[in-house]
Amino acid sequence: MASLHLRGIGKSFGATRVLHDVELEIRDGEFLTLVGPSGCGKTTLLRIIAGLDHADRGSVWIGEQAVDALPPKRRDVAMVFQSYALYPYMTVAQNMALPLVMRRLGTAQRLPLLGRWLPGTAAAQARIAAEVGAVADSLGLGALLQRRPAQLSGGQRQRVALGRAMVRRPQVFLMDEPLSNLDAKLRVDTRAEIAELHRRLKTTFVYVTHDQVEAMTMSDRVALMVEGRIVQLAPPQVIYDDPADLRVAEFIGTPKINTLAASVEPEGLRVGTDRWPVRVRADAGTPVTVAIRPEWWLPHETGIVRPGAACVVRGTVRHLEPLGGETLVHVAPQHEAAAVVARMEPARARALRIGEPVALAAPAARALVFDASGARLACVADPARAAMPAGLEAAGG
Amino acid sequence: MTTRRSIGFSVFRHLVLGSAALLAVLPFVLMISISLKPPAEVFAPEFRLLPQQWHAWENYAEAFARQPLGRFLANGLLVTLSIFTAQALVALPCAYALAKLRWRGREATFVFVLLALLVPPQVPAIPLYIGLWQLGLLDTYAALILPSTISVFGIFLMRQFFRTVPDDLISAARLDGLGEFAIVWRIMLPTALPALIAFGLLSLVWNWNDFFWPLLVIQTETLATPPLGVVFFNNAEAGTNYGPLMAAATVITAPLVIAFLLAQRWFIDGVTMTAVK
Amino acid sequence: MASAAAPAWAARSGGAAAAIGRMEALAGWTLAAPAITLMWLMLLGPAVAVIALSLTDWTFGAPTIAFVGLANYAELAGDRVFWTSLRNTLAYVAFTVPSAVFLGLGLALLVEAGSSLRGLYRTLFFLPVTSTLLAMALVFQFAFHPTAGLVNQTLGALGLPTTDWLKNPDTALYALGTIGIWQAVGLNMVLFMAGLKAIPKDLYEAAAIDGADGAWERFRRVTWPMLGPALVFVVTITAIRSFQVFDTVAVLTDGGPNKATSVLLYQMYQEGFSFLRSAYAAALTCVFLAFVLLLTWLQTRLLDRRAHYG
Repeated sequence: MASLHLRGIGKSFGATRVLHDVELEIRDGEFLTLVGPSGCGKTTLLRIIAGLDHADRGSVWIGEQAVDALPPKRRDVAMVFQSYALYPYMTVAQNMALPLVMRRLGTAQRLPLLGRWLPGTAAAQARIAAEVGAVADSLGLGALLQRRPAQLSGGQRQRVALGRAMVRRPQVFLMDEPLSNLDAKLRVDTRAEIAELHRRLKTTFVYVTHDQVEAMTMSDRVALMVEGRIVQLAPPQVIYDDPADLRVAEFIGTPKINTLAASVEPEGLRVGTDRWPVRVRADAGTPVTVAIRPEWWLPHETGIVRPGAACVVRGTVRHLEPLGGETLVHVAPQHEAAAVVARMEPARARALRIGEPVALAAPAARALVFDASGARLACVADPARAAMPAGLEAAGG
Repeated sequence: MTTRRSIGFSVFRHLVLGSAALLAVLPFVLMISISLKPPAEVFAPEFRLLPQQWHAWENYAEAFARQPLGRFLANGLLVTLSIFTAQALVALPCAYALAKLRWRGREATFVFVLLALLVPPQVPAIPLYIGLWQLGLLDTYAALILPSTISVFGIFLMRQFFRTVPDDLISAARLDGLGEFAIVWRIMLPTALPALIAFGLLSLVWNWNDFFWPLLVIQTETLATPPLGVVFFNNAEAGTNYGPLMAAATVITAPLVIAFLLAQRWFIDGVTMTAVK
Repeated sequence: MASAAAPAWAARSGGAAAAIGRMEALAGWTLAAPAITLMWLMLLGPAVAVIALSLTDWTFGAPTIAFVGLANYAELAGDRVFWTSLRNTLAYVAFTVPSAVFLGLGLALLVEAGSSLRGLYRTLFFLPVTSTLLAMALVFQFAFHPTAGLVNQTLGALGLPTTDWLKNPDTALYALGTIGIWQAVGLNMVLFMAGLKAIPKDLYEAAAIDGADGAWERFRRVTWPMLGPALVFVVTITAIRSFQVFDTVAVLTDGGPNKATSVLLYQMYQEGFSFLRSAYAAALTCVFLAFVLLLTWLQTRLLDRRAHYG
C-alpha cells in the first residue's frame, strides 16, 4: 500500500521523444488509469514504473523511496501483461507460486533436485501452496490449479495472470491493457471484477488502456495522455464535464463530442450565422472551437431550452439511428462541414424526417470553449445564470 | 546494469566465441594453406600459415592434370540441378493435391508420405541397385538422378506451406478460368516461393555432398560427382602428395561455400523454416 | 435421388455438384500420380523389398534365390563383426550427439546474449555444414597425422600425450566423431538460435518482476523449458545423422584399424557391395532401419509430452 510519485520523467527511443517531463502523483490505494491513443506513451510510463525500462530523465518514487536504481523484483510491484505472459510449461499453481518461490526460498532451496531435501523447504512450500490456493479460490480458479495455460480459456488465463500478481501482495498493481484480448461480453464482466478487486484489496492500481469506457468506469482518477504528455488528470466525471483540452473532450464520450468553429464577439460567440450567449475572456474576433456533448441537444421548437440561453444550430437531418432506448440524430449544419450528432429520447426525435430542415438547441451552460491551440477557455459567469463549474485540475499536478 | 559488468561479459563472450569460431574455420584455413605449399614444407616440423615458397600454381595445376576436377564440378552441377528440377516438378503438384483438393486417396497417400519420411535414404539402396543393374543403367547419369527425383521431404514441406494459402484465392482462380495444373504453377508456387527456395537449397547441398549412392553406382571417372571425385583423387595419389590433394579438396569445396557466403540469408532461413515445419 | 417434392433445379445442381466433385478427384489423382508412382518405385517399394530380401539367401548375380526365413538374422546375432559394428555405431552416437547438441546450444546462447558480431559468428559456425565432408575429411586426416599434423604438433607443444589418432584402435572412432561434431555444431546452433528467438520477450519480463532476473534463473525458468521442443528436434536429427555415419569411415579408415571404426552402414556396404552378399546386407539394413525408427518414435513420444504448451 503506497503512493506513487513520478517526477519529471522523460524518455526517448532513439531520436523519438516518447515522454516529455511527466509529473504524476498517485495516492495510496487509488485506482488510476493512464488512457490515450496508441503511441501516447502510456505503456512506456507503466514499464518505467515497473523497472522494465529506464527513464532518461526524472525519477520514480514508491512510498518514501526512490526506486530508480532498483530492479523490478525489488520494487514490490506486480504486473499483469497484455498477453498475460503466463509460463506455458507450468501449471496454474506453479505460475502463481513462482513469485513466492523466488522470494521466500533461498538459492540453495531452489535447486532443482537437491533443494527439496533442505530443512525448511517443505514448510515454506506448504505455506506457499496454501496462499496460492486461497488466492485461486478467491478468483474462482480452485478447480484449475493443475491445468496448463493452453488448456484454459482467455478469461481464465487472465484471472491466472491476476492471481499471479495478487499472491505477491504488492504495493502497486500495474496492468497493461489486460482486457484487450477478451471478447466484448467478457470484457464487461471482467471490468466489474477488477473494479471489485480493487475495492477489496485497497491497493494502488495503475491501469493502462486505450479504451475510454474502461477508463471512465473503473478509475478514481484518469490521466489522459497525448503524445507523451499528461493533458489532464482528474476524476472521470470531471474529465467528462470539464475537459481541460479539446483532445480530452474528443477522446472521452460516445458518440464523440460535437465541435463547431466560432469566433468571439463582445457578448457571446458567433457560430455560423447564429449568436450564442456564451461569454469568454478573449479579444473579439479570436477564432475558437466550441463543443457540446450529444446528449444536450434538443429540437429548438420544443422550447425546453430557454431561448435566451440557447445555443442554436440549424441544418438538415442527414441520418437517424434509432437505438431503441435513444435515437441518434445526425444533422448537417448550414455552416459547418462536420455533422452534429445529437442524442435524444425517441419521443423527441419522432417528428424528425431525413432531408428536412431542423434546429437544435443546447443550454449555453453546457458549451465548452477551446482556443486555437486546444486549451480550454473559461466561460465568464453570467449573473443571470447558474455559475459555471470552474474547477480544473491542470495537467502537471 | 552497470557498464563494468557488460564489458567484462562482452570480453568473455567474444573470447569464447572467437576461439570456437577459430576451431570451426581452422580446417578450411589448413586446407588452403597446405594447397599453397611445396612438399617439403607440408611435412615441416613447425607449422606456418603461409608458405615460404609459393607452390600454389604447381599444386593446383597438378590437381587439375591428374583428375578431371572441372568435370567433377560440372557433374555436380548437372546432377543437382536435374534432381531438383525433377523433384519440384513431381512434388509441387502432389503437395497441392494433398493440401487443397478432395480425392479419395488423399489421406492414405499422406500417410504413405509420412511413412516414407521415416525411411533413411540408405535403406532402399540395395534393391534400387539391383533394379538399375537389371535395366543396365548402372554407371550412368540416370542412376545418379532417378532415385532422387522423388523427395517426400519436399512434398511434406510444400504441403505444409500450401495449406496456409487461403482457399478463397484458389476459388477466385478457378472462377477466372485456371485449371488445376495452372493453379499449381501460377498461384501456389509464387505464394510458397520462400519454402521452395529453402527446399532447393537443402536439396542442392544434400545431393552435391552425397557420397554413399554415387559410390555404389558410379565406376567411371568422368561421371563422378564431387565427393566421389575426391576419393578417386585420393586413391590415384600414393597418399602423401598432400599439396595437390588439398588443392583438389579446395576446388571441390569452394562452390558450395561460396554459394553459401553469397546467399547466407537464404540458407539459414531455409534451414530454420524447414525445422519449424 | 429426386423426390416429387424436390424442385427440378435442386436435382440438377445435385448432379452438378457430383460432377465437380468427380473432376476434383480426377485432378487430385492426376496431380499426385507421378509422385505416388515414384514414391513406391524408389522408396517404399525398395524398403519392402529390402525386408523381403533379408529373408532370402541371395548373393549378387546368383541364378537362384531361396527363402530362408530368419537365417540371416541368426547369422547376424552370431557375427562378431556385426556386434562390433553395432557397438561402434552406438558409441559414435553417444559421443557425438551430446557434444554436438550442447556445444550448439552453448554457442547459440552466447551469440544471442550479446548484440555485436552475431552475423559474423553465425556465418563462421555454419560454414562447416555446407562443406563437402569428404574433402574436409582429408584435411582432418592430415591434421591427425602423427608428426606433421596440427593436432599432434599443438598437443606436443602443450606437453599433452599424442598418438596416431586414426590408426590407434582406441582413438580412431572418436577422431571420426570429432569430425562429425565439427560439422554438426553449426547446424544445431542455427536451429537453437531460431528457437531462442521464438521465446516471447514478455516471459522474461514477467520472470524479472517475479524475481527471476539472474542469468541462471532466467535460463532455468524460461529459456530451457521453452527450448524443450527445439531440443528434442535437434537431438533427434543429430542422432539420426550420426547413425548414418559412413563417409569418414569409407575414406579415412576403411572400418579399421581392426574393425575399430566399423559402423553399421559401412558393414552393410562391405557385405553388400564388396562381398556381394546382398541378402545378408539387407538384414543389416533392416537392423539399421529399426534403430532409426526407434529414434523417431522416441522423438514423437517426447514431443507429445510437451505438446500441451499450446
